[in-house]
Amino acid sequence: MIETKDFTVLDLLDMDLKDHDDLQLRCIAGRKGLGRVINLPDINRPGLALSGFYENFAWQRVQVMGLGENAYIRKLFDENKSANLTTLFGYDIPCFIFTNGAMPEKEFLALAEERDCPVLITDLSSTEFMNRLMRVLSGVFAPKTTVHGVLVEVYGIGILLTGDSGVGKSETALELIERGHRLVADDVVEIRCVSGNILMGSGANKVIGHHMEIRGLGIINVTHLFGVRAIRDKKQVQLICNLEEWDTNKVYDRIGTDEKTQAILDVHIPHLDIPVKPGRNIPIIIETAAMNERLKKMGYHSAQEFNKNILRWLESESARAVYFGRDDSI
Amino acid sequence: MTEKLITIKNRAGIHARPAAMIVQTAGKFKSRIFLEKGSTRINAKSIMGIITLGAGFDTQLRIIAEGDDEGAAAEAVFMLFERRFEEE
Repeated sequence: MIETKDFTVLDLLDMDLKDHDDLQLRCIAGRKGLGRVINLPDINRPGLALSGFYENFAWQRVQVMGLGENAYIRKLFDENKSANLTTLFGYDIPCFIFTNGAMPEKEFLALAEERDCPVLITDLSSTEFMNRLMRVLSGVFAPKTTVHGVLVEVYGIGILLTGDSGVGKSETALELIERGHRLVADDVVEIRCVSGNILMGSGANKVIGHHMEIRGLGIINVTHLFGVRAIRDKKQVQLICNLEEWDTNKVYDRIGTDEKTQAILDVHIPHLDIPVKPGRNIPIIIETAAMNERLKKMGYHSAQEFNKNILRWLESESARAVYFGRDDSI
Repeated sequence: MTEKLITIKNRAGIHARPAAMIVQTAGKFKSRIFLEKGSTRINAKSIMGIITLGAGFDTQLRIIAEGDDEGAAAEAVFMLFERRFEEE
């Protein structure tokens, strides 16, 4: 499921990126072409194209110009060999990006203006910029889906609470927030599959942000009520807890040695069915599930270890019975 | 009160999985169901209780059921042991 809406150069400029994702981009020419679409999460360094070799030229990609390319462009203009550049602009290139804050030649910018081809500049070095751009673009083009549920971070574990409407997902999340855990998204969680096996969840919409609907209260603003400690922008989904009305006919897991998983975007995530019944304190069960999940990640599986010990004990008991010819049964 | 004697036939004995099966089966009945090993008596609806019994291979147990559906309850639990908890 690739983004249905086209991703344009303007969208790239408008992205609200922070810290190690900040691309520090600004547009210096060809503003009219900012609506050009970026179709691929790939980057090209057009060195060969500049020198006149256009076979297999990946014109569909974002073209990154480092200090070398920039110097070569200067040389072309100095030696009046700019015909190559005219050919270059003949392609429907999404945009050129110059790195190291190095301004290209005025003639180059003039050509870009003429062709309405956007030219951007960044102060980052080429390598760093390409790393960041790859990360950003693979995020944009990552397969994504939206699920109905609440995403919370509990003891560092991203837990997706799912279940039918009215089962108490939001109320459970509220209690977890009160206990010092964090809300990532309520009701609609957007999940992206990054790096092939990581599910990153976030709110579907910045405007909806960290608001929650609590029956009887209406819409509440979690950030304002509980402060910044209570929220988080995105978090990896590491556990799914499905809340459901206690069904007397259904068999619930009593041991936990078998692990069930659920696939989202073909990534399998541990999955627990938590029966809800008046008097059951769901938040504390979720907290315990989070801690147990952490323990499992650290290599200790409570249920399996427990059963291993039981089996060892039973074995030694029956061995002893045989050895001593003892019969301690009835 | 209904009583049944049983000998554990599955090699691994009553570990977590069989214990869960007993609890699930016992939970379907209204009767109070107990398992006795020697002088120890535990509630067959408690998973930790059953495991604590430490019932290994060839151990003899007594199934005791008390209540309206005691006959069916004792029989159902008995059959679990007979079928070796579907392990072998």
